[in-house]
Amino acid sequence: MEWVEAIFSVGTLSATLRLATPIALAAMAGTISERAGIVNLGLEGKILGGAFLGVYVAFLTGSAWLGVAASVVGGMLMGGLLALFAIRFRANHVVAGVGLNILMLGLTTWLMQVIWGSRGTSATVSGLSDWSIPILRDIPYVGPVIGKHSPLVYIMLLLAPILWLWLFRTPSGLRVRMIGEHPEAADTVGIRVHRTQYLCMIAAGALAALGGAHLALGHLSWFSNNMSAGRGYMALAANIFGRWNPIGGALAAMLFALTDAMQMRIQSTQIAWPTELVQMLPYLLTITVVAGAVKRSRSPAALGRHYEPGKAE
Amino acid sequence: MPDSSSRSRRLDRRYVNALREIGLAIASVILALAVGAVLLYAAGYSIEDAYFNLYYGAFGDMYSISDTLLNSIPLIFTGLAVAFAFRSGLFNIGAEGQMYVGALATAVAALHAPTEFSPFVIVFALICGALAGALWGFIPGFLRARTGAHEVITTIMTNYIAILFTTYLVKVSFSDGGPVDQTALIPQTARLPELIATTRLTWAIFIAVGLVAVVHFLLTRTVFGYEIDAVGQNPGAAQYGGIPVSNRTVFAMAVSGAIAGLAGSTMVLGVLHRFITYFSPGYGYTGLAVAVLARNQPWAVVPAALLFGALQSGGMSMQLFARIPADLMTVVQGLVILFVSAPGVIRFLGRTVSFRTWFQRIQSPTSSSAGKGASK
Repeated sequence: MEWVEAIFSVGTLSATLRLATPIALAAMAGTISERAGIVNLGLEGKILGGAFLGVYVAFLTGSAWLGVAASVVGGMLMGGLLALFAIRFRANHVVAGVGLNILMLGLTTWLMQVIWGSRGTSATVSGLSDWSIPILRDIPYVGPVIGKHSPLVYIMLLLAPILWLWLFRTPSGLRVRMIGEHPEAADTVGIRVHRTQYLCMIAAGALAALGGAHLALGHLSWFSNNMSAGRGYMALAANIFGRWNPIGGALAAMLFALTDAMQMRIQSTQIAWPTELVQMLPYLLTITVVAGAVKRSRSPAALGRHYEPGKAE
Repeated sequence: MPDSSSRSRRLDRRYVNALREIGLAIASVILALAVGAVLLYAAGYSIEDAYFNLYYGAFGDMYSISDTLLNSIPLIFTGLAVAFAFRSGLFNIGAEGQMYVGALATAVAALHAPTEFSPFVIVFALICGALAGALWGFIPGFLRARTGAHEVITTIMTNYIAILFTTYLVKVSFSDGGPVDQTALIPQTARLPELIATTRLTWAIFIAVGLVAVVHFLLTRTVFGYEIDAVGQNPGAAQYGGIPVSNRTVFAMAVSGAIAGLAGSTMVLGVLHRFITYFSPGYGYTGLAVAVLARNQPWAVVPAALLFGALQSGGMSMQLFARIPADLMTVVQGLVILFVSAPGVIRFLGRTVSFRTWFQRIQSPTSSSAGKGASK
């Protein structure tokens, strides 16, 4: 059973964390916006846009961290734009989100050719260097898996519990969840529904773009055409599987990433499994998970609805 | 509403509403092209050069026009597929994958048809393509009806799976042995007859338009179509009214998949004459833009597909002659979807540019259908 060894090696588990980071960050983005009642199908585009901006600014300035900062700012802008469409202009959330994804796919592919003259990959930039955490790396067995990673992996691991605390243990988190369940009631008790929704969408944009920054600057050090490859949609699936909970979403993302790490691992070894079938694994798992998870979970009650202040139901 | 009593008045309003929709669609496209112009300017290209080549490549001469038509045919199918699913309230992003499985099934059927009688081979191959597409659409439809899994997520996944799976099948079972992963050429008897010599235009265009007519009839003149619309507009009310909602959901996705599968079939029988892995430049995704622009009206799919077909062939000539990457047209597509999804944007801009009175005149007093909730 050489494939079992290949799959459950330290390398695979470490890769799982690395691969889970963009999906987990985007899943948290999905959680925040959907808890505030807005379906966020634009995650894919925000990951892609964040990845591109990060590489471009790192390319211009030579600093990966400036690239990350640019990703975050760009993500906030993209989140704000989608919020503007969904709230102010009352667009169908799903259609507008998919529109943003196609827009970002076209824009990044186009700009890549304008800037670097290639439709495949950008120039290589200096990526984020790994952090090696003193105490963690010395723990037996666990150390090799979580001891040394790109900084954004640790940021993701910290953000999951922080966001959980905020959503479920603070008054402002409660307000957000109330908007997703019953915006009229929230309005009645003085919560500013639309303003909160904008803020949540902007924060979600920053998170998803941070995922993109990890993909392009932490995991690799270049941008490539459509490099998000469906991760934004997987993140939404992870968010649902994780029951609209930041920690649950992050754990679900790790499950997806494990299959992804496994398929990469299998391909790099001598095991002669057909490439295409192995590559299908993460996508198959996503379908299985969404199909299996939805029945047992409940989405925020007012998800996808447009709320008009001062109008009774 | 004081003025809705007389019949002529109501007809008037329907007319005005249709005009308003068309006006919004045209304004969305113009606005998207204007944003494209800003991007061109910012990147240092000549807008005039770009858009002249875009126009010339789309409509400039007979060759351009036939190229535009050729690009529009798969878009009519995919646009119609997305529009049909949308009528039942489902957003089928899976047209791309359904097209791939349809294309492979058609190619294999054409290569292994039991007879050489051309009409039979063609019809047989088309049916196989439609059935494969229907199966691929059935899966997310079934999962949606049975478990509530959001079709946007599952159809995206079935796209990736379809592309990988067809590649796998070609490599393992149907390869012609060359360096490119593709099937052998289909026999002459299986190819769609040419319409005009030297243009690559085939009878596929009639199949496409015929299918639009069939879907229009289905949606407007049959009980099934009525039920599809009812489910799309208010599933709760439809259920209460005795329509088996989940059954219709599954069926609508399967029909949508069959239509998208035919996009692949006609590509294989009319243009490629074989299945080639990764053959699509994203017809399925452009189909989304077509359906959104057409507001899910079957007949409106035809002009919308022509528009995006024109942008595609024009984009290619822009890339060839002005050296501007054609991916700008994907940007335009995304923008069109965004703008059409939010008619408020166009109205907002119309107001700020002080077309106020003009807009008020064509705007009906009821503006309720701006957007219904997405998921359940």
